[in-house]
Amino acid sequence: MTITEQKETGRLVLRVEGRLDTVTSPQLEQRLGDSLGEIQELVLDFTSLEYISSAGLRVLLAAHKRMKRQEGDLVVRGVNENVREVFTITGFIDMLHIE
Amino acid sequence: MMEKEKKVLVVEAVVENMEKVTKFVDGHLLEWNCPAKARVQIDIAIDELFGNIAHYAYQELPGEATVEVEVTEEPMAVSITFIDHGIPFDPLAKADPDISLPEEERQPGGLGIYMVKQSMDGISYRYENGRNILQIRKNF
Repeated sequence: MTITEQKETGRLVLRVEGRLDTVTSPQLEQRLGDSLGEIQELVLDFTSLEYISSAGLRVLLAAHKRMKRQEGDLVVRGVNENVREVFTITGFIDMLHIE
Repeated sequence: MMEKEKKVLVVEAVVENMEKVTKFVDGHLLEWNCPAKARVQIDIAIDELFGNIAHYAYQELPGEATVEVEVTEEPMAVSITFIDHGIPFDPLAKADPDISLPEEERQPGGLGIYMVKQSMDGISYRYENGRNILQIRKNF
């Protein structure tokens, strides 16, 4: 997995490529933990994300709660069919702001 | 049903071996022209199931995990069996998570095995001779 970061005032875009799974999710978790301080809008660009497992969902849930707490927004974009199916099965589809 | 040879991989049950396990299974699936969608679902299942073993099966010293892959024809299906001799743990015993709960009440646990149940065509668990034996089956 690789994470590419684009930061503007109050807005952070993370482009996540590869697989968001047990092995790689801690990297995303750490990256989010380090950089959400002043962020009002967090965009996770999943255009090149192959798939996501429950380990990735846990990180998404935590990020979503954190953004809500600081009255910001989490936007997930570029969701492919595999990822969408996981979001549907787990009910995340109703919770997340998907573009 | 015609049975094909079973492929077996034995590795130390640590998350660092996740890629090795995934590649081992995927290599076999490619030989059998498994469609990409089914392969992704299987890869996710490996992440959930091998991940559980790596995190929870052994308390201190890491132990071994065995992964067996078997493809059968008519219907085309792959069976993958995960075996460890760690703490007895039946992942199917837990109730499914309530996925309609509002975010505040959602618990992070239980989603992985739920996803595996939803995406596979069969899943079974048994504890035998001190071993956890979890098998999944996917038709393709």
